[in-house]
Amino acid sequence: MRWTVLLVSALAFAGCHKDLDRFPPNDVTGAQLYTNEAGYLQVLAKVYGSMALTGNAGPAGAGDVAGIDEGTSDFLRLFWKAQELSTDEAVVAWNDADIWEFHNMNWSANHTFLTGLYNRCFYVITLCNEFIRESAPEALSGRGISGAAAENIRIMRAEARFVRAFQYWVLLDLYGNPGFTTEQTPIGAAGRPPQTDRKTLYAYVESELNAVANDLPAPRANQYGRADKAAAWALLARLSLNSQVYTGTAKWSEAITNAKRVIDAGYALLPNYRNLMLADNNVGNTEAIWTLNYDGIKTKNFGGTTFLVNASVGGDMDQNFSGLSGWGGIRTTKNIPLLFPDFNGTADKRAQFFQHKLEIDKISEFKDGFAITKFRNRTRTGGFGSDPGRTFSDIDFPVFRLAEMFLIYAEGVVKGGTGGDRATALGYLNRLRERAYGSTAGNISDVSMNVDYILDERARELYWEGFRRSDLIRYGRFTGSNYLWPWKGGVRNGTGVEAFRNLYPIPASEVGSNTNIKQNPGY
Amino acid sequence: MRIKRLTMKSGLVGWMILAFVLQVVGQGRPVSGTVVNGKDGSPLSSATVLVKGTTRGANTNANGQFTVDAASDAVLVVSSVGFQTREVALAGLTSPLSIALQESSANLNEVVVVGYGTQRKRDLTGAVTSISRKDFVKGALQTPEQLIAGKVAGVQITSNGGAPGAGSRIRIRGGASLNASNDPLIVIDGVPVDNGGISGSSNPLNMINPNDIENFTVLKDPSAAAIYGSRASNGVILITTRKGSRGPLRFNFGAQVFLQQPSGRVDVLSPQQIRDLVGSKGSGASDIAKLGASNTDWQDQIYKNAWGQDLNFGVTGSALKGKLPFRFSTGFLNQDGILRTGNFGRQTASLNLSPRLFKDRLRVDLNLKGARTTNRFANQGAIGSAISFDPTQPVRVNSPRFGGFFTYIDNNASGQPPLALSPANPMSLLEMTDDRSTVLRSIGNLQLDYSIPFISGLRANMNLGYDVQEGRGTVLVSDSAAHTYRRWETAGNPFRVVNFGGVNNEYQSNRRNLLWDFYLNYVKDLKFLDSRIDVMAGTGYQDFLFTNPNYPDRRFNKTVIPGSEPQFARNEAQYTLISYYGRMNYSIADRYIFTANLRTDGSSRFSKNNRWGVFPSVAFAWRVNNESFLKNSTVVSDLKFRFGWGVTGQQDGIDFYGYLPRYSLSNNAAQYQFGNEFLSMQRPSAYDPNLSWETTRNINLGMDFGFFDNRINGSIDVFNRKTEDLLSVVPIPLGTNFSNQLLTNVGNIESRGLEFTLNLTPVRNNKVTWDVGFNLTYIDPKITKLLLNEDPSFPGNPVGGISGGTGNTIQIHSVGHRPYSFFVRKQIYEVGGELLEGLYEDLNRDGIINNNDLYRYKSPDPRVFMGLNSSVNFGRWTAGFVSRISVGNYLYNNLASNNGVLRQVLNPLGWIGNAHASYLRTGFNNNQYFSDYYVENASFFRMDNINVGYDAGEVLKNVRMRLTANVQNAFVITKYTGLDPEVNGGIDNNIYPRPRIFAFGVNLDF
Repeated sequence: MRWTVLLVSALAFAGCHKDLDRFPPNDVTGAQLYTNEAGYLQVLAKVYGSMALTGNAGPAGAGDVAGIDEGTSDFLRLFWKAQELSTDEAVVAWNDADIWEFHNMNWSANHTFLTGLYNRCFYVITLCNEFIRESAPEALSGRGISGAAAENIRIMRAEARFVRAFQYWVLLDLYGNPGFTTEQTPIGAAGRPPQTDRKTLYAYVESELNAVANDLPAPRANQYGRADKAAAWALLARLSLNSQVYTGTAKWSEAITNAKRVIDAGYALLPNYRNLMLADNNVGNTEAIWTLNYDGIKTKNFGGTTFLVNASVGGDMDQNFSGLSGWGGIRTTKNIPLLFPDFNGTADKRAQFFQHKLEIDKISEFKDGFAITKFRNRTRTGGFGSDPGRTFSDIDFPVFRLAEMFLIYAEGVVKGGTGGDRATALGYLNRLRERAYGSTAGNISDVSMNVDYILDERARELYWEGFRRSDLIRYGRFTGSNYLWPWKGGVRNGTGVEAFRNLYPIPASEVGSNTNIKQNPGY
Repeated sequence: MRIKRLTMKSGLVGWMILAFVLQVVGQGRPVSGTVVNGKDGSPLSSATVLVKGTTRGANTNANGQFTVDAASDAVLVVSSVGFQTREVALAGLTSPLSIALQESSANLNEVVVVGYGTQRKRDLTGAVTSISRKDFVKGALQTPEQLIAGKVAGVQITSNGGAPGAGSRIRIRGGASLNASNDPLIVIDGVPVDNGGISGSSNPLNMINPNDIENFTVLKDPSAAAIYGSRASNGVILITTRKGSRGPLRFNFGAQVFLQQPSGRVDVLSPQQIRDLVGSKGSGASDIAKLGASNTDWQDQIYKNAWGQDLNFGVTGSALKGKLPFRFSTGFLNQDGILRTGNFGRQTASLNLSPRLFKDRLRVDLNLKGARTTNRFANQGAIGSAISFDPTQPVRVNSPRFGGFFTYIDNNASGQPPLALSPANPMSLLEMTDDRSTVLRSIGNLQLDYSIPFISGLRANMNLGYDVQEGRGTVLVSDSAAHTYRRWETAGNPFRVVNFGGVNNEYQSNRRNLLWDFYLNYVKDLKFLDSRIDVMAGTGYQDFLFTNPNYPDRRFNKTVIPGSEPQFARNEAQYTLISYYGRMNYSIADRYIFTANLRTDGSSRFSKNNRWGVFPSVAFAWRVNNESFLKNSTVVSDLKFRFGWGVTGQQDGIDFYGYLPRYSLSNNAAQYQFGNEFLSMQRPSAYDPNLSWETTRNINLGMDFGFFDNRINGSIDVFNRKTEDLLSVVPIPLGTNFSNQLLTNVGNIESRGLEFTLNLTPVRNNKVTWDVGFNLTYIDPKITKLLLNEDPSFPGNPVGGISGGTGNTIQIHSVGHRPYSFFVRKQIYEVGGELLEGLYEDLNRDGIINNNDLYRYKSPDPRVFMGLNSSVNFGRWTAGFVSRISVGNYLYNNLASNNGVLRQVLNPLGWIGNAHASYLRTGFNNNQYFSDYYVENASFFRMDNINVGYDAGEVLKNVRMRLTANVQNAFVITKYTGLDPEVNGGIDNNIYPRPRIFAFGVNLDF
């Protein structure tokens, strides 16, 4: 009797083994998620959102990228630092890890932010790979998805491929020879993806963009924030513009062609330059081609435009003017203000400076160097952004906007590309000048339209939008000593640095964990 | 016969409280009585009973009985070999007497709880330390683990700070893991409890009243711990609570009052030094204008002397004609913190019923413990703020705003809010925050132990246990408080405030842990083999459920901060563990002892293919003192060699679902805009489908010794522990998972160590007993593998975030080095010893000073730590101390590196601050976080406890009183320049200072 009881309870116990299968009730499996278009759309939101946000909890708390402070781990803040802090456009007062190595131009393969950016790019790429895999035609038919839903998911798939191509362009530009993964790369297996090189990657990005341009909706036909054909063309234009740097072979003509396709797609400059980077720049923005979207309540993080606004305010500045609090971090060296006819923006309204002090004696002193007031979380009508606490920005960041296409077209023409003409180029440039001056007073003539003018004009038009490092490299002025700026190479008046720094190092953690990856030369 | 009795008593280790069993018979000159073993009440034959001061005396007979002639006020001295000598004052007592003797400290018949049963201490083959009530650290201890701090070799117990009710970090042999848990498994009356905290409680163990604890047993090595298999890698601590005992009702009342005193201050600049500095280094009048006219010692303001009281009441006895022994106790603790506004209260009740049924065949043990703690958490932000706040500013100003507290105001901004990012007035942080919680917990178990008839030595044991906790709290911050002012809702043009800020939040957290364990145990003397066999086999099921309801973030007026509405009503997490285990103990001729353990655990944290882990261990012991050549030695009373080998596992401290591919929805403040729509994002989680157990292999060699009737005894253990397939978060080849780092099984860590314990009784006579205890531990851990593909150029995984800058880390896990090594730059000094700001050595000689020149310099864990304690009994007086010594532990002085710079005084954001006094030495303008100057030797000697006790004897009829006084955290000797050389984790920043505590207690037995 007693033994029977024991035996029965032992058998009942063996049945408990199924209790070892637990699943978190708030989560879902892929099989549950990919049953309809809405599920796919939520994953696509992550694909795009992973470039704007730091993680799955706003403003912080569930970061995507590990090994870095979450608030500094978003794509835009990291990309911006890599493209701007290493140049004459920006210095930062803070003591964040090794951030000053950007100014000193002595970064190593263990650099916190360069590692973080590389990791972020691959995070986005891996999300894209997953989406592309799960949205393959055979996956859809296997799940019984057809008709309009299947068609919409097909467009989403093209967008994921576009986002992946964009991220590979970032890696191509900054790191040159990254690892390479696609939807074929398995997840969860201890694989070691191969390394690619600049030439191969260039060809891949170019072919992907050409391919997806067919599937993407017409320019301005997709939802705001989602990529369309023009976004693919704009990236092709930017890619071709730098082809000589990336592959050794210039492609000025392709740059002209692609820029022209965007220009002819129905975009128009906003009438007022100073409205470009305001809290309501998502409303009626005819100039933006593709944006990273932020919202002071619903899309919150400590990077992105929240960083750009807060970090640029400090010292004697009025926080109401910028609309958010001040973190007192980033300013510019004197080289940028000196490109303008005056510092007050009287003539050229693109000069948006707070004039603390032109010279930088101490990088750590916010009031050394002019502050920049280009990004302000105020509305066109003078209102404030949506965050009642005045911490988080609503400003959307234009990854591509029409003005850049004008400048690419002009540079292509001036540097000898075909398919365009000087008169058109001059016209485009003067449209930027007319907006900047509010009249034709600042217009230039064909004589002035030379390569140096275009570099300077790019700085005047596009400063702090993440272009400067690429531009200086294309013009051979980033490394070496033919162009100096305060604190270049860690010296007050600037000093030359070695040419290998035109490429950033592959992070040591990637070289360490993937034996297929070799370090860039010089590091 | 003795063996049988011991196994019958298994499961209950009890040192009974000394007691007199009184029966009124009348007075007479001949005094008779019985001498019994205080442990089990069995009669002691041949014990000596002497009338003190005379030569009169007698020996007890086989039934323990004696008769002597004595005056009614005489004192009897009762002694027996292997037992502690007792003095019994006859005044007020009536014959016949029953005198219980306690076994000597190292008695070999002592029974030790070893997990799923007990073992005789002499049969132990593993490294096991058992500390009973009488050896606990004495004093005003609010949390159980402090009872054994400094008492056990290999065990480090470091409190997390001086906050009332704060927990401790417990490390046994330094911990076996890197990223998974390094906390030992804690088992209370057979119920493994969850180590994690609960919202509203600062420490999971503080729900247990230390007064209810009878014994701690620490299982340190694999052969001892392997019976807990997958959770034993970091050692096991078994806590046994006090039980009822047969006999008449006995009551105990204890009251303690204690005063906590801040033991020091962080060294900062004085108001005058700040004024001078601003005058000489500031930018003239504009900076001087920022200074105030006051002289405020902010640290003086935020700390106070704090009182506490602890009341305990207990009753034991037996009901139902002795059939139902029971113990009931209740405790009331109330304690303020030295940081103003903090308070901790605890009410506990504990009931034990130990009936023995069916002629003692069925032993039932029911333990129910309930506790309620109430916490008011002082805002600890005030600690850091008090160090950096301008000492020339007043605490309060004559203003109706911000609660009247001095506040930096942004006069440019509409509504004149507090200046963004400006430091908060420390007193305002304290006084305007009201953060309270109430935590309820109940732990209980029902253990049924049945000796099966007809098969002598076989018994079945079932244990049903539970542990339920609920924490609830509210956080209120006034809407005029500066530090939450900007949580307001405003509207522009014209500017107006729609909702003021402040906080009015709730939180709740629940945990529930259910246990079912069943085992069979068979013990048999095999006389024909001169052997004894003890076999146990069992199975267990344990389930943990964590439920946290989600709440929105609200302003003081309960309006919700936009975006904070929870996405889900609650978060739930659950994990389950199913186990099968067995143990065999085989002893030959009381000299050669073999033990083997085998356990297999299945965990819900791993996939079907990986979830079952097998954890074996074997051990052998040789009791040399029972060999013929030593058996009759008068010098060697105990000598045993032990060898153990075993494998244990680890699955704690990691995500519950790390092997599962799954998608999680983003919250309402992390949505992404498509068109005019905001979509919540579905994020795929990184996962390792092959995730599995972390495995620790362990070898232990040990020796136990005792000389001169164990007046000198101790043990030496050397061990080698190697953990493989560490559950580590490591960088992975990018693109192969949904993160750049993954929790996976990679890496090895190895430690070698030595433990030495020595107990001396230099003096033991009728008047005086003097005991000295010393223990020493040496541990040398080293990471031997870190990455999937080893790369010598990879510096390691950075850890140890610090204050200052964003995302700065100061420590690293590197191959070939100790875990948590500091990773810093080598400071260059001038010939005169002055520090050169920003100048570091180019350690790799590449001509570039960058973070390739960081180097590993020291680590926070001591190479050697020691415990030294002593006690003296002199008549009615006792006195003792407990101290700890730590050698080779280093600290990163983050308070100095973050605050000891000019930039802190002339803050670029527009206010004056105070600087850490290290500025006077460094003269740094800017923070040099990575200078090795800030890594300091924090070796220390700490006098944890000095205590004095007086036994007042029988102050009223049948009422005995004992008085105690002690000082805790009496003093520390160290070269470390910070406040306290003991900081968990090695980064000294913003810790709640440990107070010095003076406690007075009175204890009544009746």
